[in-house]
Amino acid sequence: MTGQPLPEPAPSPTATDAGIPSTQRAARPRWRETLGLLARNPAAAVSGALLLLIVLVAVFDEALAPTGPNEISVEDRLQPPSLEHPFGTDDLGRDIFSRVILGAAVSLRVGFLAVAVALVIGSLIGLLAGFYGRWVDDVLMRIMDMLFAFPAVLLAIAVLAVRGPGSGNTALAIGIVYIPVFARVTRASVLGVREEVYVRASRSVGASDLRLLTRHVLPNAAPPIIVQTSISLAFAVLAEAALSFLGLGTQPPNPSWGLMLAEGRGFIDIAWWLAFFPGMAIFLTVLCFNLLGDGLRDVLDPRQRTLMAGGAR
Amino acid sequence: MTAPVLEVDDLRVQLRTPRGTAHVVNGLSYSVGPGETVAVVGESGSGKSVSVLALLGLLPQRVATVSGRALLQGEDLLSMPPERLRQVRGPGAGMVFQDPMTSLNPVLTVGRQIVEGLRAHADVNAAAARRRAAELLGEVGLPDPERALDRYPHELSGGMRQRVVIAIALSNSPALLIADEATTALDVTVQAQIIDLVERLQTDHGTGVIWITHDLGVVAGIADRVLVMYGGRCVEDGTVDDVLERPAHPYTRGLLGSLPDLAAPVGPGGEVPDLTTVPGLPPPPTDLPAGCVFWPRCPVRGDARCETEQPPLVQVGSGRSGHFGRELPHRAATWCSEEVR
Amino acid sequence: MLRRTGQSVVVLAGVSVIVFALVHLVPGDPIRLALGTRFSQETYDALRERSGLDQPLVEQFFSWAGAALTGDLGVSFRSGETVTSLIAERLPATLTLAFASILVALLIAVPLGTLSALRPRSLVDRGATVLSQIGISVPEFWMAIVLILVFAGTLGWLPSGGYVPLTEDPLGWAQRLLMPALVTGVVSGSVITRFVRSSVLEALGADHVRTAQAKGLPTRQVFTWHVLRNALLPLVTVTGVQLAYLLSGVVVVEIVFAWPGLGQLALQAVQARDYPVLQGAILLFAVVFLVINLVVDLLYTAIDPRIRR
Repeated sequence: MTGQPLPEPAPSPTATDAGIPSTQRAARPRWRETLGLLARNPAAAVSGALLLLIVLVAVFDEALAPTGPNEISVEDRLQPPSLEHPFGTDDLGRDIFSRVILGAAVSLRVGFLAVAVALVIGSLIGLLAGFYGRWVDDVLMRIMDMLFAFPAVLLAIAVLAVRGPGSGNTALAIGIVYIPVFARVTRASVLGVREEVYVRASRSVGASDLRLLTRHVLPNAAPPIIVQTSISLAFAVLAEAALSFLGLGTQPPNPSWGLMLAEGRGFIDIAWWLAFFPGMAIFLTVLCFNLLGDGLRDVLDPRQRTLMAGGAR
Repeated sequence: MTAPVLEVDDLRVQLRTPRGTAHVVNGLSYSVGPGETVAVVGESGSGKSVSVLALLGLLPQRVATVSGRALLQGEDLLSMPPERLRQVRGPGAGMVFQDPMTSLNPVLTVGRQIVEGLRAHADVNAAAARRRAAELLGEVGLPDPERALDRYPHELSGGMRQRVVIAIALSNSPALLIADEATTALDVTVQAQIIDLVERLQTDHGTGVIWITHDLGVVAGIADRVLVMYGGRCVEDGTVDDVLERPAHPYTRGLLGSLPDLAAPVGPGGEVPDLTTVPGLPPPPTDLPAGCVFWPRCPVRGDARCETEQPPLVQVGSGRSGHFGRELPHRAATWCSEEVR
Repeated sequence: MLRRTGQSVVVLAGVSVIVFALVHLVPGDPIRLALGTRFSQETYDALRERSGLDQPLVEQFFSWAGAALTGDLGVSFRSGETVTSLIAERLPATLTLAFASILVALLIAVPLGTLSALRPRSLVDRGATVLSQIGISVPEFWMAIVLILVFAGTLGWLPSGGYVPLTEDPLGWAQRLLMPALVTGVVSGSVITRFVRSSVLEALGADHVRTAQAKGLPTRQVFTWHVLRNALLPLVTVTGVQLAYLLSGVVVVEIVFAWPGLGQLALQAVQARDYPVLQGAILLFAVVFLVINLVVDLLYTAIDPRIRR
């Protein structure tokens, strides 16, 4: 962005050793400290706990769901929430509670997969661009600009149009969309670390590039990437829901939250619970990832190098 | 005897911080006569900046508690209603800040920033205010003032910007000028120019000046009187000659010792005498020591009262009847002052 | 500035290659896919020749890109209409929605963000923080469905969707615009609120604000000219970026509210495998995105004296 002051040079390791808190070293041996600080942010702490719960639910989905995802029971169709069916039933008599639980597995799997794609490819590109600079940087970042010029949802739609719908392709599509974001964040972070004393010192004693990158640059450039990961997970879950809602993502009869919303939409005026509960599930999951991201940002990246949540919606 | 421009009596400032209440200024009293320059010196964190910001109500109200009295031309700044205080800022007291790189608004022209100050206090039309602004810029030594009016701060050098800030501070002919580390961010030649400028304007207008600095060289050059602050208290004050030549407080002596004295004789072997510095750090204002604020760092402590009883500010030496027809005693707050005498 | 424009041109060239490549990445024969199972060889050959698919790939690209430069984006596989005319038909609806949304977003964000910054940790601030966090996290289509349920269903105040041109029925136009603009506006508004808040907070703490106070300016004047003006300058950038996202991000909302915009066109093209239309729509969005970003950068250079040359 133009007109913004450049980030200050990163503090040197001597400042860290003197006990002055530094963002650069925060990530490496200080997991406990990070968690401690995070726990002091109630929103982030609650979000983290809730996310852990959601992930556990997604992992043990089949054990937890009272019924199978596609157990049709015609006499039970369109039942409002009750003790037997906490979230009610849909037009085919399927238990929505069970489908929301099983949908968690689908939505989170796509979300994590998508972010993994973006994280691995994007960070690698950013790392190379930031570390080697010059023409490598120019070429790689110009390509990232091209990818970034595509509107996020539309790019995902285009990828799905080419590859066809389905969960795996949805993850790929969302992952591709987020590659340039990770590339930019990583590059900026690496640029901040590259000229640090300890990196130059290791270089001067003849450490190989690979060793430099993996031992010194990456660990110290990690905090903003971690923050970005949390925020990107929020985006990915939301995007998976949107694409499934449009009929391009997860295909029926698989219970994805976005798909359930699309199916429930037609019944909104006679059976609100069809669309309400999956919508709530999306909302809560996304909210938790965003809040956790904000909390992590406060702890790990006080200079706010990562994109704001929603900045790339 | 001329009435002082400013009389500060028992000024206290507390700031609420995440680490507890910070007692930043703890009972400060002094006065500034017309045409007189009072230098307030001390390390960073001694409360000197906060003490003047408090006078003009420029501390964030949500965290600052200010008490005491500060009569500017007979009116108490600390108890006046906000609107009156606004009217006083400018014509009553002008202020020059430390960093000319940030103390001007980067997106407004220099002219606009002077004009708005003028028009906030006097009913003048835009054209007249602009003419006056150009005059002011000429007065503070900006070349081609007419054109400078339409410049943005980033188009000027640091020294030029500080001249603009001074022009703004002086635009309403204040009775009191407060310079808060006004030359610290500038290089030495520009520093000297700015000091000359302020002295000249002071002589022309009879303005009282409070000059806050940690640079004792500047103090020697500009001040009539000196007030040494430590831990939010005045630990020594007096005429510039008294304080710099006959320092009574161990802290002042430490400060002076830490100056490389260019006039000091070079040792027989040609070695330059060591710099004596004050070892340690000033106490955190959230946790001031009981007794003398300086005792934890004091090289000559030893009096039983040092750790328990706060030394009062008492006259040391002869005291002298100074200029401006006022008594200008030399005072220090230390249990060691007898030993000094 | 020339450099900046040059960069945009390079990126645009790359973008057009990617867009072009999209269609040719489709496994199989795009025309066969588009036509489905029942078609005559004549139809097939005619379409194939008209879309130039019988030419070598590189030649195809240059004739496509060359034509695109003159505004010719080819012909729809489905309707046979030119892609340009299809897009031109849909563009006003999307532009209307995008601008209405950004208006809603700014109307929410500027007052709310400013108030929060003026009273940090107050009730207003905490409320605004919670609301913007919700706004960022809520799925647009879900909010859209809920709004339709309440305002079109239960209360019956507004039509559930559709579009009429402003010139034909101003009231109907406004009624149909309100809900979609609100949904997308709330989401963008949440992002911008957070930005305004941090921007105003930063401006409030700036040294020059103290200078302005010290010269005795009235509080309102200090706030307007030394805080707000400085804080809102970068808002131009953020608003531009949000507008660019809105232009494409409204796809889902367009579907829910049956708003006949470009997003709907693009989705229909995907479903019908109408690749020239999809190609044209994506290219247009990318161009619009680049142009808006370029304009925002140039505009910012013009209004911020610090980077004016």
